Amino acid sequence: MAELATLRRAPAIPAVAGLRLLEPAARFILRGNPRAIHAAGMALGIDVAQAPCRASRGATRSALWLGPDEYLLLAPAVETPTLAGAIELALQGEPHSLVDVSHRQTALELSGARAADILNSGCPLDLGSGAFAVDMCTRTVFAKAEIVLWHTAADVFRVEVWRSFTDYVARFLGEVVREN
Amino acid sequence: MSRFRTAAGGLVDRAQRLRFTFDGRKFHGLAGDTLASALLANGVHLFGRSFKYHRPRGVLTSGSAEPNALVAVRRDAARYTPNLRATQVELYEGLQAESQNRWPNLACDTGAVNGLIAPFIPAGFYYKTFMWPRRFWKSIYEPAIRARAGLGRAPTTADPDRYASRYAHCDVLVVGAGPAGLSAARAAAAAGARVILCDEQPQLGGSLLTDNHAIIEGRPADVWLRETLAALAHNARVVLLPRSTAFGYFPHNLVGVNEKLTDHLAASPPHLPRERLWQVRAREVVLAAGALERPLVFPGNDRPGIMLAGAARTYLLRYGVRCGSRAVVVAGCDAAYQAALDLRAAGIAIAAIADPRANADGPWREAARRAGLPVQERMTVLGTRGRLRVRAVQLGRIDVHGTVLPGPALSCDLVLMSGGYTPCVHLFSQSRGKLLWNEGLQAFIPGAAAERERSAGACRGVYALAAAIEDGAAAGEAAAQTVRAAPPKPHSAGAADGVLGALPKGRQPPGQKSFVDWQNDVTIADLALATREGFRSIEHVKRYTTTGMATDQGKSSNLNALAIVAASLGKPIPEVGVTTFRMPYTPVSFGSMASRARGDLFDPVRRTPMHEWAQEHGAVFENVALWKRARYFPRAGEDMGRAVARECLAVRGQCGIFDASTLGKIEVVGRDAATFMNRMYVNSWTKLAVGRTRYGVLLREDGFILDDGVVARTAEDRFHVTTTTGGAAGVLALMEDYLQTEWSDLSAWLTSTTEQWAVIAVQGPAARAVLQSLVEDINLAPDALPHMAVARGHICGVPLLLFRVSFTGELGFEVNVPADFGHAVWEAIYAAGQPHGMTAYGTETMHVLRAEKGYIIVGQDTDGTVTPDDVGLSWAIGQAKPDFVGKRSLARPAMCAPQRKQLVGLLSIDPHTVLEEGAQIVETPGQRAPMRLIGHVSSSYYSAVLGRSIALALVAGGRARSGQTLYVPMPAGDVPAQVVSPVFYDPKGARLNG
Repeated sequence: MAELATLRRAPAIPAVAGLRLLEPAARFILRGNPRAIHAAGMALGIDVAQAPCRASRGATRSALWLGPDEYLLLAPAVETPTLAGAIELALQGEPHSLVDVSHRQTALELSGARAADILNSGCPLDLGSGAFAVDMCTRTVFAKAEIVLWHTAADVFRVEVWRSFTDYVARFLGEVVREN
Repeated sequence: MSRFRTAAGGLVDRAQRLRFTFDGRKFHGLAGDTLASALLANGVHLFGRSFKYHRPRGVLTSGSAEPNALVAVRRDAARYTPNLRATQVELYEGLQAESQNRWPNLACDTGAVNGLIAPFIPAGFYYKTFMWPRRFWKSIYEPAIRARAGLGRAPTTADPDRYASRYAHCDVLVVGAGPAGLSAARAAAAAGARVILCDEQPQLGGSLLTDNHAIIEGRPADVWLRETLAALAHNARVVLLPRSTAFGYFPHNLVGVNEKLTDHLAASPPHLPRERLWQVRAREVVLAAGALERPLVFPGNDRPGIMLAGAARTYLLRYGVRCGSRAVVVAGCDAAYQAALDLRAAGIAIAAIADPRANADGPWREAARRAGLPVQERMTVLGTRGRLRVRAVQLGRIDVHGTVLPGPALSCDLVLMSGGYTPCVHLFSQSRGKLLWNEGLQAFIPGAAAERERSAGACRGVYALAAAIEDGAAAGEAAAQTVRAAPPKPHSAGAADGVLGALPKGRQPPGQKSFVDWQNDVTIADLALATREGFRSIEHVKRYTTTGMATDQGKSSNLNALAIVAASLGKPIPEVGVTTFRMPYTPVSFGSMASRARGDLFDPVRRTPMHEWAQEHGAVFENVALWKRARYFPRAGEDMGRAVARECLAVRGQCGIFDASTLGKIEVVGRDAATFMNRMYVNSWTKLAVGRTRYGVLLREDGFILDDGVVARTAEDRFHVTTTTGGAAGVLALMEDYLQTEWSDLSAWLTSTTEQWAVIAVQGPAARAVLQSLVEDINLAPDALPHMAVARGHICGVPLLLFRVSFTGELGFEVNVPADFGHAVWEAIYAAGQPHGMTAYGTETMHVLRAEKGYIIVGQDTDGTVTPDDVGLSWAIGQAKPDFVGKRSLARPAMCAPQRKQLVGLLSIDPHTVLEEGAQIVETPGQRAPMRLIGHVSSSYYSAVLGRSIALALVAGGRARSGQTLYVPMPAGDVPAQVVSPVFYDPKGARLNG
């Protein structure tokens, strides 16, 4: 594993105050009916909330609601090779789709008192705490890139973005941060 | 201090003098001045030349409605902004402003000759005069007219400033921070709403900035304003936006607001953008846009020194500027008397107050009488004199029959006029709310709202200060409580205070024009001409005369024009109608619209995991969709042709390595995955074994090829679908559309995995030997992993999905590894390949190699009118399938006609001639245009391995023409070429199975 890690090369991002590239993660897109979602949650050790735009957290794993039958599952990177098997086992007989997207996207974290305003330079959604409370998540756009946005803590947002759009999103955020 | 500047009062800082220039002349102003107030304080009234007649013009207003005083402000060659209203340009130290539309200079402008030939250039003259010959319009007439009549010129260098954007949401957006708007914001905030309050002016307060001695809620207006603003500023749920113009009202309460951040600063901090475009989505909108003062229409009403009474009062009370020393006031409403009183108190002589009305009445008029001002009833203006500044007014007495007789001529250096106020309904009208004519107010006011919006204060005709504040409070509170906007309460405003249309006049004195629209030089005579020529609709009159057009959009002129047209047609105003109010309310810069989408951030630039390696190895990149793809890797001294020839020969002779990561990838998973694939693609997937791949063709419903790619079955219920680079997003969306709308019965799901995988194509006779040393757990032997097989395993210790596929015709593999490992695995393969002569190749080489094999590229050899059979792919169609997307269309007779264009190979008779891609093809040489075109060249290259040029072409009935010589007409003559099979190299495909 250690050897593998040295072979990894994630996209680089420019230095921007309040913005950091998060560690690699295991990521899966899970599609299926509520029974399948629930069963997968059991396998992950998460009680998955099936309400729209909610993120459910376990100790190290999370499940983000993206659509009525679509979830983004997140776990530590070391679990990438093993987690799929465990979930598939739990979902036997239940129609579903589980696809590894660990490398498809990267995660940026933006934090600071103005984080929501900064994201609103490119994201048209209402990110006020009343409308997008902590632990809410959504698939949306940031300027010309599709992102998954997760309000992880007060004034902290996680931005999941496709690998090749990382540079664009980070530099865009960099420009906005500088002018605020 | 200039004699035009008062000793005290107003909102300017007399301790802070600022230097500025206008047309190179040096002046001083004060902090808090606008360019207009600063020039007026220096006694300058000549600001510019008019659009058509080049008449000298001064300043008419004190705000954004200004039609005349358009100037350019220069910071440097690139930072040059034309057509700014001097009334809105905030003064800063060192400001350089220039007048416009004059040559050689403002005081002596040769274009003024237009004024002398005015009788020959009435409204619409260019439609009548410059008709023949037609071709002269574009090349001669229009450029000449544009050069003579015009506004400022645009800078030619790129704009170096940055522009920002912001999306915002609020419960209540209040547009306008005058008394009604402030009151609305305060009430909405008190009810707990999230409020955004925007105003175009640098200071919030609207009319209170001038009326600072009025009493509001028992306090002087300036104290009330200070306290109200402080309270709003301290409320975390309130955002105050000064210098921010709500310029557009879009559906569902989306309002565009343009915030100016640095234009008022002498030196802008480098981190600050120049403007910020706010897109505000408001649950409720309160429009408190105020009212615009109307000018009066009388002969000679456009000379410098003739301005709106309220504007002169604002210059005096807000900026401490006397606009003249001796004024004639033409009072069409009571507010003009208030201005006269204020100006006299500041030491300006009032020569006369001429009131054209018969039984005018009003508190300020009474006050003026009591103060002994020379009020003259039933008095109009017959003309004015003065070239660059008004110096006399000829009054006319209106007798009881309405006849105008010459009255006194008065000398003066200032004429104030006011025809009353027009509610500012622009945004309301933009929101598609219906305007109602209010007979009592003689104005259009907002009727039923079309959005969750309500108007408050003067913009719905509630003019009195206390009433406006009350109206604002009610609107703010109702908006905060999301009460559905009720039809606005009718308010009893009493009789209209003001006059509309032209003042009564006698015989028009020669050389005196009565302007209705100052910005477009539209006069009463032009409007009369339009109605005489049969125009009845105000929309047509507007287009014919240009009244109400250009940067001010007729803010000061529309209602007068309407009244004049109505009078001339003998119809009541509401029957003539009202023109559409268009956005933007005031001009918005292109920079602001583009916002950050320029330069590096214009579009995302997508790079593959191996991009840096390619860069380090000298790749020349090309744009494919949003991706950067390595096109070829030139060595020292190589041009593209040589580099591509070398790369091609290396792949055919040894082996090559190619970055195919940009190909779209979609994982189709589910019990019904194969059924879904059967319905989507032309191919049959039922019998495709796990561990095998197939070349798939995707059609649109019309039967034409949309996309193609290799599809692997990696499990019974799982397909790994590849698409073209450019087609990836569209194919996924199309599939999802079918799945959700047509085939919701299927248990299958789609997930994009384009970016999950780095894809490294290893192609050439030595490909197996290179990979053998790196792949750990897949047997690469031809029997174990034959052509079109796929297997999972590991390479360099990382997970591997290995395809045995070829887009070159050589033995080939495509190494798929998780994207973050792509770079390292590429380097490992490249290193292992060196002993075998491995060469990195790019997309250009890939194109040549596949053309040598007759493999099509969707979008190059197809153009949306090509069926599978046209390009020789009917073998791919699963004929036994009951249906697939496009199947029915393929059965139409026209889709099987033998004369359809078909893909063929084309060999130019001269092997060194490379045909031009896109060139047309004809049957016989020596034709003259129009020729009968039977096809076109779709791909054309020089093939190094064949030692000659090759081309693919779509030719009518092409396959039956094998062996024929056709011709490609080019400027230098017809190029003969022979029709051959599109497979030029290794037609038996032996190399694939190596």
